[in-house]
This record gives sequence, structure tokens and C-alpha cells, in this order.
Amino acid sequence: MSTVVFAHHGMTPAERLRDAGWIAFVALILGVPLIGLTTVDVGGRLAVDTRFGLLAVAVVAAFAGRLALRWAIDSLRAHKQSKARQHTADTLSSRARTLSMVLGWMALGVSIALPIFFSDNRYVVDTATTVLIYVMLGWGLNVVVGLAGLLDLGYVAFYAVGAYSYALLSTQYGWGFWEALPVSGALAAMFGILLGYPILRLRGDYLAIVTLGFGEIIRVVLLNWTEFSGGPNGISSIPRPSFFGLEFTRSAPEGGHSFASFFGLEFSAMHRLIFLYYLILVLALLTHAFVSRLRKLPVGRAWEALREDEIACKAMGMNTTNIKLSAFAIGAMLGGFAGVFFAARQGFISPESFTFSESAIILAIVVLGGMGSQLGVVLAATLLVLIPEFGRNFAEYRMLLFGMAMVLIMIWKPGGLLSHREPTLRLRDPRAKAATTEGAQ
Amino acid sequence: MAYALQQLINGLTLGAMYGLIAIGYTMVYGIIGMINFAHGDIFMVSAFIAITAFTLLAAADVTSIPLALTFVLIVAIFFTSAYGWAVERTAYRPLRGSTRLAPLISAIGMSIFLQNAVQLTQGARVKPIPPVIEGGLELWSTPGFTVQIGWSQLLIIVTTVVLMIAFTWMITQTPFGRQQRACEQDRTMAGLLGVNVDRTISLTFMLGASLAAVAGVMVTVYYGVVDFFIGFLVGIKAFTAAVLGGIGSLPGAMLGGLLIGLIEAFWAAYLWAEYKDVATFGILCLVLILRPSGLLGRPEVEKV
Repeated sequence: MSTVVFAHHGMTPAERLRDAGWIAFVALILGVPLIGLTTVDVGGRLAVDTRFGLLAVAVVAAFAGRLALRWAIDSLRAHKQSKARQHTADTLSSRARTLSMVLGWMALGVSIALPIFFSDNRYVVDTATTVLIYVMLGWGLNVVVGLAGLLDLGYVAFYAVGAYSYALLSTQYGWGFWEALPVSGALAAMFGILLGYPILRLRGDYLAIVTLGFGEIIRVVLLNWTEFSGGPNGISSIPRPSFFGLEFTRSAPEGGHSFASFFGLEFSAMHRLIFLYYLILVLALLTHAFVSRLRKLPVGRAWEALREDEIACKAMGMNTTNIKLSAFAIGAMLGGFAGVFFAARQGFISPESFTFSESAIILAIVVLGGMGSQLGVVLAATLLVLIPEFGRNFAEYRMLLFGMAMVLIMIWKPGGLLSHREPTLRLRDPRAKAATTEGAQ
Repeated sequence: MAYALQQLINGLTLGAMYGLIAIGYTMVYGIIGMINFAHGDIFMVSAFIAITAFTLLAAADVTSIPLALTFVLIVAIFFTSAYGWAVERTAYRPLRGSTRLAPLISAIGMSIFLQNAVQLTQGARVKPIPPVIEGGLELWSTPGFTVQIGWSQLLIIVTTVVLMIAFTWMITQTPFGRQQRACEQDRTMAGLLGVNVDRTISLTFMLGASLAAVAGVMVTVYYGVVDFFIGFLVGIKAFTAAVLGGIGSLPGAMLGGLLIGLIEAFWAAYLWAEYKDVATFGILCLVLILRPSGLLGRPEVEKV
């Protein structure tokens, strides 16, 4: 039930204590079976182990945390109420726009300059490449989730289709990276259409579950169809992309040049890594340009309209199924491209890389970044790749924090971190328009 | 023939468990229109609680099986419904009235959280317990093959039937059931007429979690092994069952659960066992394409 609350009275200390006490009590009940008690393997049989000290710590933490949280929320609210709104929405939005423009160009500059400054640091270039793969995946999924508002929980399936089609085309038929790239993208898009056609006329949350099922089907098939995909062993020794026909090898092939010998450089393994980095950077930027162009086309506007109100779209005579299908297919294609790059970079793929948690991570990037925001995706992808890299000690807590962050961010900002959503089209102020036309006359 | 009969029994047992979990999905969907993605993990938590409780009882030398089962059921239902309540309270209630996607994403986050919380606190290993109930009833003996219904299978089927009767009674006859159905039809109107909507929704979640808790105990008794990942697949299959039966319909959820259980058992027995999950997802897609409102569901009319 939505209730309208007009004034918040401050809580008395006794009320705060009672509230925190209640939370601590709930924490105690929830904690007893999972934290307080655990089963351990003792000589082949399970025995119960108690950890009441840990439980007590958790309960006290819940109590203190609740007190602090309440206090923070209350003081924030008081602060907000006392501060008059200083900015009108319009200046705020134009400021946010300039800021995101500046940030975007800065991010571009940093990403271009990065391999130049870290040209001998393999780790940095590798990590940056991973970030860019996720950025590209995030931008691809952003078309489906952020723009068209279709929840796709099996995006990794299209990633897998792209990766496996490149792997198979190159190892079985000797195709090169550049030949296989469009074909694999088209294959992924075709899978998207095949899956989407029957499903997209349904309601959004059904779509979520069916795509999740589809992702699992692809994985199970790849895992079990050994003759086709190599099963759990995957496909190895996938050829790497070449630089316009120049291979990144130590010794030049018979009667030809390798990258290093052609440019008269000394061979270094870093060449390939830096080339791969720029390759994914270019792919990601192309994706970005493609998607931002699409947003301005009628189909892009139709996606956003569909996200906002499907019934209104139908009433306007739009073919909603086809519009959704186009978003789905384009998203799938971009995922396929990213998959091709992934396979080419790793040189080895197996179904292990395409689990549901991968889909969840990509979705989290889109959601955390603010659905529909291109810059937000970059920010979220960087965060999600770097946090586990920095906090290797916290590796086991990574997914836990991840799930918690998804819940908290949804509660705090249901639109995502950079959820400022710019209307694609804006009616100009009619008076201003009249003035300009008068001036023109 | 005998083999098929055995598969029928196995499938019914499996289906009864899916049905119990599917009811949780269908009730929550009926009342707040969201897929409670974390429901499968609630089921997994209850299986862990059951493992701990059985181990505790074994340590305390309780040998009476009915006593042990009752104790474990009560403990599991209590703690699991607390989890159901807490999940609703923290992850879904603040998002009520938000966009459609927000609660679903929050639910996925909750599911990931619960899985990893259990993995961290209880360990990632598979937990086995010695069989609680052994033996069974020989139904039919042909040369070379004996059709047998295990006591644990019988227990699961009987418990499910009893719970279904009790549940139907509660939803159709009691004041709570009336409030629950009222909220399902129109939350605002029910609120205006003095139904405490928040409380009803909380109770719905707790009831769904209790049924999942029973299923969790049953899985522990039947299979004897539990790990932190079981909630994912079982949750999706139970959701498929709910969709197959017609989401929002309680008898539909049970029917869908039984069908999914039977299909899975026969598919695994006669076709390819490794593709049995594919079969479930295939059915889900087919149902959604051919009959989106499910077997017993009403078609949904969207009003502006």
C-alpha cells in the first residue's frame, strides 16, 4: 500500500533502541541456523559445530548497524528538508549532461593512452582488456534491457554462440578473425530472432525466465555434445587475430613478415596484448557509435517508447513484436561480437566461461550503471572488474557483496547509479521558439 | 511395464516436491505480480536447516523417526518462514510500486546473496547424511524387476496431499484466505476495505517459504545430500511448473509440478538423462508459446 507521509517526526532514543533491538532479534533468528550452527565432516559423518561467538558478533553488528543507519537516514532527511532546492531541474540536467560529456571524453583519452604508459605491464593491459570486454557486453545488453526494457537473463548464451562459432569456424574451416566476425555476429543475431520470435509477444517477466532457460540449454548442450563442441574440455588452440595479415609471432613465416619484422621492431609478447587491447577498444567504440546512432533513429525511439508504455505504443499502431525483436537481435549480435573477441583473445573456450553467473554480472553492469546510460556501463564494468582484482583477499566474499549490492542499489536508486535519463527529444519552450521565428522574419 | 510403473512413482515423488515449491511462486506472483527469484534459494536454506537439525538429533540419540521428522519439520518451517519474511521485508517491500524490472533484479541479487551466504557459512562441499528412512513397500514383483515404493517416497506423497488439502481449506475457508484472495484481486480496494495489505503479503511470503521448507526437508530425507547450488535448478523447474499449471492458480501449480516431475522421470529413464534439464526448459518455452496462461490459468487482461 502506498502511503503518503507528510512529515517525519524525529524518533526518540527509546524508539531507536527498540527498532535496533528488533532488527538484532531478527538477525539472531536468521543467524542461528546458518551462522550459529554448521555441520562439519568428522571422519565421514557430519557433526554439528557451533559458532555462537560469531553469531553474537553478527547480532551486535546488526544492532549497531541499524542504529547508525537510522541516524544517518534521519539526519540526511533533516538536511534535505532544511536545504531549499537550489537548482531547477533544467539547469541540473544540463549540468549533468556537460559533466557526463567531459567524463566520457576523459575516459576515452585515458583508455587510448593507457597501453602507451603501461606498455611493459602485462597485467594492466590484460585487466583493461577484460574491462573493455565487459563494457562491450554491457553496451550490447543495454540495448535490450536499458533501451527496450526487456529483461534478458541469458545474455551469455549469445556470447557463447559468438565464441563457439568463431572457435569452430577457425579451427575446423580455417577462417580468419575478420571473416568470422560478421558471420558469428549474424549467427548470434539469428539465435536471438529464433528465440525471441515466439517469446517476445509475452510479458516481460516470462521473457526473463525463458531467456534464463535458453542460456542454460545452450550451456548444457555445449557441455554434452562432445563431438560438436568438445564437451567440458572445450576448444583449444583457437587462432589469434592478425594485424592486417601480419602475425604476432617470434619468427616471420616463410617469405613473409611477422608484425615485429615488418615494422623493424624487436619481438615482444606485449605487441599482441596491446593490439588486442586496441582491437576491443575499437570494437567497443564502434558499438557505442552504433548504439547512440540507433537511439536517434525511429527504431531507437520506438524502443524507448516501448520501455515506457507498451499499451500506448500498441495504441499508436506500432508493431511491438517486431520492435522488440529488433532490439533483441541487435543485442544478441553485439554479444556475439564480444564472444568472437573473447575466443580470439583466450585461445581456449569451454562451457565454464558461459554460466549463469556471467549473465548476472553483465546484467548487474547494466543495472548498476543505470539502465540506458552508456557512461554508467563503463563505470560499472570498471568497478566490477577492478574490485575483485584489488580485493583478492575478499575473493570469496565477492559474489556475496555483489548480490547485496544489487539489492541495495535497487532499493536506493531503482534506476541505477547514473540514472539521469535525458529525454531523447524535447519540445522547445514554445515562447522561445516564437521569438526565434519572429527574429528570422 | 514394471519399469514404467517405477518411473511413475519416482516421477510423482519428484513432482510433489516441485509442486510444493511452485505454490510459493504462484502465490507470490498472484498477490504482487513478481517472480520471487529467491524462492529456490529459500528452499535450499531449508534443506540446510534440515541437515543441521537431523545431525543434531543424531548426536542427541533420538531414534524415533516420527519424532525426529516432526521436530525437523517444525524447526525448518520456523526458520525458513523467518527467511521468507526477511527477504520480502528487505528486498521487495521498498520496491513495491516501482517499475516491473526493479523487484525482479532485486530478487536475483537476493538469490545470489543467499547462495553465497550459505556457501560461506556452511561450506561449498556437498553435505551427505545417512538415510533417515530406509526400506519400502514392494508393490509388484516381476522376474528381474521389483516395483518398490520407498517409505520416504510414500511419506513425501502423503505429506503433499495432506498439505494441499489443508492449504486449499485455508485459502477458501479462513479469514486469512479471504484477505489473501482479496489482495490478489485488487490490492488498493482491499486496503480501503480494511485489509492489512502489508501483513497479508508478508504472511503469503511466509506461507510460501513454509511449503518450500517442507520440500527442503523432504529432499533431505529422500536424497540425503544437499549443496548450496540446489536451489537454482529446482527453483527454475518449480517456476516452470507454476507457469505450466497457470501462474496464480494453486491447483495449477500442483498439477504443473506433478507433470514436470513425471516428464523429467520418464525423459531421464527412456531418453537422454543428461538432457533432462533441457526438456524442462523446452516445455517451458512450448507452454509459453502455445498456451501462455497455462493449463488452469485465466488469461491475463491488462487494463490501462
